[in-house]
Amino acid sequence: MTIASLNNATQVELLTLYREMLLIRRFEEQCNALFLQGKIPSTLHLYIGQEAVAVGVCAALRPDDYVLGTHRPHGHALAKGVTSRSIMAELFGKVTGCCKAKGGSMHVGDMSVGMFPAIAIVGANAPIATGAALSAKMRGSGQVVVAFFGEGGANEGAVHEAMNMAAIWKLPVLFVCENNLYGASTPVSQIVAVENVADRAVAYGMPGVIVDGNDVLAVRDVTRTAVERARAGEGPSLIECKTYRLCGHSRSDACNYRTREEEAEWRDKDPLLRIKKLLTEETGLATLSDLEQVEAEVEAVLVDAIQFADESPEPAPEDALLHVFWEDK
Amino acid sequence: MAKMRYLQALRLAMTEEMERDPNVFIMGEEVGQYQGTYRVTEGLLNKFGDKRVVDTPISEIGIAGMATGAAMVGLRPVAEFMTWSFAMSAMDQLVNHAAKITYMSGGRIKCPVVFRGPAGVGTQLSAQHSHSLEAWFAHTPGFKVAMPATPEDAKGLLKTAIRDNNPVIFMEHAGLYGSSGEVSEDPDFTVPFGVAAVRREGKDISLIAYSKGVAMSLKAAEILEKDGISAEVIDLRTLVPLDMDTVVASIRKTHRAVVIQEEWRNAGFAAELATRIYEQAFDEMDAPIQRVAGADVPMPYAKNLERAAIPTEHDIVAAARRALS
Repeated sequence: MTIASLNNATQVELLTLYREMLLIRRFEEQCNALFLQGKIPSTLHLYIGQEAVAVGVCAALRPDDYVLGTHRPHGHALAKGVTSRSIMAELFGKVTGCCKAKGGSMHVGDMSVGMFPAIAIVGANAPIATGAALSAKMRGSGQVVVAFFGEGGANEGAVHEAMNMAAIWKLPVLFVCENNLYGASTPVSQIVAVENVADRAVAYGMPGVIVDGNDVLAVRDVTRTAVERARAGEGPSLIECKTYRLCGHSRSDACNYRTREEEAEWRDKDPLLRIKKLLTEETGLATLSDLEQVEAEVEAVLVDAIQFADESPEPAPEDALLHVFWEDK
Repeated sequence: MAKMRYLQALRLAMTEEMERDPNVFIMGEEVGQYQGTYRVTEGLLNKFGDKRVVDTPISEIGIAGMATGAAMVGLRPVAEFMTWSFAMSAMDQLVNHAAKITYMSGGRIKCPVVFRGPAGVGTQLSAQHSHSLEAWFAHTPGFKVAMPATPEDAKGLLKTAIRDNNPVIFMEHAGLYGSSGEVSEDPDFTVPFGVAAVRREGKDISLIAYSKGVAMSLKAAEILEKDGISAEVIDLRTLVPLDMDTVVASIRKTHRAVVIQEEWRNAGFAAELATRIYEQAFDEMDAPIQRVAGADVPMPYAKNLERAAIPTEHDIVAAARRALS
């Protein structure tokens, strides 16, 4: 944590960031438990360990800015303001879900808070985000768009085409690479010849920034700079957040491709431990009882969300045939 | 009414819709300064400026994805593929995103985007540049698929496509760009989707076609007439939505049918059409439905080889005679 970052953060802001990160962590832990209980079907790609990225980025955005998530989207959606209730109900396959049970875990979103339905084909959200940015520019709305992707997604042709087009037209879009070191099981060293994904930015003619993705204030600050640049009409940026999945790729993944020692090292760098330590030991901005209160609030939100999802009705079977085409209301 | 060519009618449709709605814009390769590879967008850059006629890099994934993203948040893009053969590079963006976003969002997001460009075969462009891919898109839930056969429909259907709140696959036929006909100059003139046209009345057999197959069917009908056979020609205009009412009404009259497509025979749209006729009007049929289609080969280059792989009016005549024998 830098001194400059701290000077820009008040106690309230820090506690808000902590609360949002904790909400994602506890939400994902609950999802895992509910998956094991059979309450949530399909598969799940959990965001545990990467919370500082989504929360740091979204803290630098306006409510009407747009975010496009990935197949691992719960963290992006929660950070952008989609409610725990509507996401949990979606995961349960209930009609009250944010996509009326049509999307599931990999497509959660709510345009009323600027969260596109998550795009779960790796790298495919980058052109769509760039198109949204073109729309923002044409409409003169001042909105900025964020496309999240992993270091694996960085190798998709769609990301390359989108970055080039965003740069030539100076579109207000941020390409945020969450480099969690493994594309499913494949280590980044096997799939990227340069040391950093952000090193590629120069080839597109945009700034490339590398940031500690487990430091929420650092992520927020680099995002702010990129957002200011985008809103000023100066074009896109590539931000690479170095981070780590503290869980498997999906629910069937036992993480046999990485060592327990490496996992332990990253557990020590857990973004939640970092912000907790900052709030208490390092700055004294919050007491342990303040943090316990936040924990209790988050717990209450999730108890409510799970109850809401559990008690919500399933969609009617005939709803399967609805919404193939847009219906004018 | 004014006499104009198919490509001019397309241009007029875009011009009128861009004047009508400031959210409509064009993007694609060579659409602006070069005025379009087939001159469809000629003059539009000068008229509307580079904010609304956007020249793109050669990036089909980017074009398709950006048009989809822009459509999801307030604009009405008309994205041109230089040819539909190049759209294959963008299939993920088209099929997995544009076509599905409304459904995946539980009906909460509309995606009013038109993907247009030339399709079709017959100009010795060989294997990688000669395609009729309509069946792929008609197969995918979420797309509307329009394939105009006349200049008037080129205008009327494209205007409907631009006003539609769903992704529309708009396949023009490169072999029809130079064809001319009477076209309404009324800016309120449109051709609705899902309403087939009876291009020629007849009583002995129904020739059911779309795009360039309609002109071939009309030629075939003239040949058949010389033998005293009265053929009815149906132009489907849109494959999705599909106007089966007009098709079935024709079958009830003629009791025989030839279904015509230019694309590869195997698993093509004509197979879907024939199946629906059997499902809805089996008892009306006096003979098996005959199918005219392209050969199941990548398009060969030499003129005589290409001719051998593409259906003609003579194939339609032969099919009609089989159905009537």
